Amino acid sequence: MALVIPKETYSGKIYSIQLGSGAKAVTIGGASALPFLGFEGTFPNRPAVALEVMDIAPDDWPETLKKAIGSAGSNPVQWAKFCQQSGADMVALRLMGTHPDQKNKSPEEAAKIAAEVAAAIDIPLMILGSGHAEKDTQVLQAAAAATRGKNCAIGKAVEENYKTVAAAAMANDHKLIAMSQLDVNLAKQLNILLTQMGFDKERIIMDPMSSALGYGLEYTYSVMERIRLAALLQNDPMMQTPIVCDIGANVWKVKETMAPDAEMPEWGGLEDRALAWESVTASAMITAGADMLIMRHPGAAAKAKEVISELMG
Amino acid sequence: MALSGVEIFKHLPKTNCKKCGHPTCLAFAMKLAAKQASLDACPDASDDAKKILGESAAPPIRDITLGTGDKAVKVGGEICMFRHEKKFFNPNVFAVAIKASEAGDVAAKKIEAVKTSEIDRVGQKLRVDAIAVTDEGGDAAKFAAVVKQVVDGVPGVPLILVSKNPATIEAGIALCADKKPLIYAATAENAEAMANIAKENKASLAVFADGLDALTALSEKVKALGVEDLVLDSGARKAKDMIEHFTIMRRAAIKKNFKPLGYPIITFATRDNSVSEAVTAAIGTMKYASIIVLSSVEKWKMLALLSLRQNIYTDPQVPMQVAQNVYKVGDAKENSPLLITTNFSLSYFIVRGEVENSKVPSWLAVMDNEGLSVLTAWAAGKFTASKIAQFITESGAEKNVSHKELIIPGYVAVLSGALEEKLPGWKITVGPREANQLPTFLKARA
Repeated sequence: MALVIPKETYSGKIYSIQLGSGAKAVTIGGASALPFLGFEGTFPNRPAVALEVMDIAPDDWPETLKKAIGSAGSNPVQWAKFCQQSGADMVALRLMGTHPDQKNKSPEEAAKIAAEVAAAIDIPLMILGSGHAEKDTQVLQAAAAATRGKNCAIGKAVEENYKTVAAAAMANDHKLIAMSQLDVNLAKQLNILLTQMGFDKERIIMDPMSSALGYGLEYTYSVMERIRLAALLQNDPMMQTPIVCDIGANVWKVKETMAPDAEMPEWGGLEDRALAWESVTASAMITAGADMLIMRHPGAAAKAKEVISELMG
Repeated sequence: MALSGVEIFKHLPKTNCKKCGHPTCLAFAMKLAAKQASLDACPDASDDAKKILGESAAPPIRDITLGTGDKAVKVGGEICMFRHEKKFFNPNVFAVAIKASEAGDVAAKKIEAVKTSEIDRVGQKLRVDAIAVTDEGGDAAKFAAVVKQVVDGVPGVPLILVSKNPATIEAGIALCADKKPLIYAATAENAEAMANIAKENKASLAVFADGLDALTALSEKVKALGVEDLVLDSGARKAKDMIEHFTIMRRAAIKKNFKPLGYPIITFATRDNSVSEAVTAAIGTMKYASIIVLSSVEKWKMLALLSLRQNIYTDPQVPMQVAQNVYKVGDAKENSPLLITTNFSLSYFIVRGEVENSKVPSWLAVMDNEGLSVLTAWAAGKFTASKIAQFITESGAEKNVSHKELIIPGYVAVLSGALEEKLPGWKITVGPREANQLPTFLKARA
């Protein structure tokens, strides 16, 4: 019996989105088949790996991570340059200092830092609010205006604030990251709402809400697989936006990346364990179809890039 | 391919005799189709019916058991491409390779690592499942010496005997013939000899060929030689080849009922760097490999891989649950706040994570609501004032704290009045609706 390779017929395709400009611009998306199935589709762009920086020092990040970042963490511009030197495809600036519970920095302060970081690097920039839906509207408006022309990805637009955040991205020629809460239909709904207000669907990057290995990773994994199936097999245009996975923020708050060797001897050494935790989480999201990853440890980002190279062949 | 209830019904006696315990043959057929009944329950089924239904009941990917006794592991038997379609049934095996050249101290260390590899995660006991003895860098005598070390050191742990030389396999299998090892591998050159060894020892046999066409041909050949329990290796080692080959194999078996590829897959995810090896093995776990051989099994690496496997093989229709308990978060004391949530694992993980983020030591009471989230449990009547009151009283939560204040999720604020009635002397405080507001909430109180 000869093997006839059973191929799927895909009617849909993932949109391509370019970020940044010039020689270091990054394009994501464009897949015409389920992840890495080269025998039945094409993958013009490799998934991009962004390293995260903040507008404040990473004082509350785990020790392993602080050690990996070193002194660069004390200044957002230096930190961003450090990420670029570490081989990141992009920098993700999270304006955590604007959160009312953090430093409650003003939108103007945040915008200034965003502009400085954008000027200091030549790889593309992603600008993320602190996750405080209300404050983020002002912060992202200011930051988007201050980085106009840099073709950034701005986010995250969520159900509570998508109109303002999307307007800020639109007015300043940026791309938009839209996050929904771990649900295929909610992800689609948010994309529909955005297009109804006139936002070009081919400028949206979808964040299905990430989770860490061991902490609900399977939910994100299956939501992503279902989104991709709807996009490719059912040709659902509202599901065809590239996917970003914000994994560092999830990975580096679980016990496995923080508990010292002495506390959990059966878990093995903390340094390797923490690095493996972010690397394996990345591997899972890449396999499920992530087009872009936001990571924190330069070493884990390097592992993610290594596996991406192996997958692209 | 699985038959529908109506198709199965055609092959039943249609006497409605009720001897199977079902009111009609059609009802029984429906149960058979849903795999909730076995044809054995029908005393009058014809031999033809048994044959046809037996074939249709056989999973498109054969299931194979490695080893014997309580450490035996079953792999294969899968029926879907994506876990959300149904679920992935038999978790992949992680095996550590021990080379013949490592006989002695190095082998002893790896054996010890396997022995002490068990961890408890969300109520499941997970460990390195098997040991692969490879003939690399040694002769048949050294190979056998390692097999002996394994059999003596960790009796019961399933063995994979890795050599393309039948004489070496024979030297090894003589020491573990009654333990149902997996022989790796039959190749185009040695298929007859390996098939004979497998048959004589009732062992499973891996089939190795470079590429899917050659593998198809060899798999058919070995089956024709009389070996039923096969495991397949297409030679895919790079991540891209793994995803492509394994997807084609799984799809051919499940969607096309292509028998030559309807067996569990084995791969070697060995890399020089151990984190790289973990990342590659992870792809095997997600993308259909049933046996993954690693070169080392450090505790941190196994924690990551076994956690991933647990995530991927969880039944998507049965929410993961954590054990009902009052959990201590941080260095909680008797004056620390007491919060309550349900035992849906995601609720627990998210709430716990945010309480940890707040850096405010707390007690987290997790109530068994059959794995439902807060709102769902409340709507289903499983997170009511009287049930919460009963749990707080019986759980001993009172012993942990000197105060009598309970923080409930904001989404069930409506319960606060009734709870104060059911828990006399307690103050009920309504917490935030979303977990991400917990740090603010807890810090403001501290």
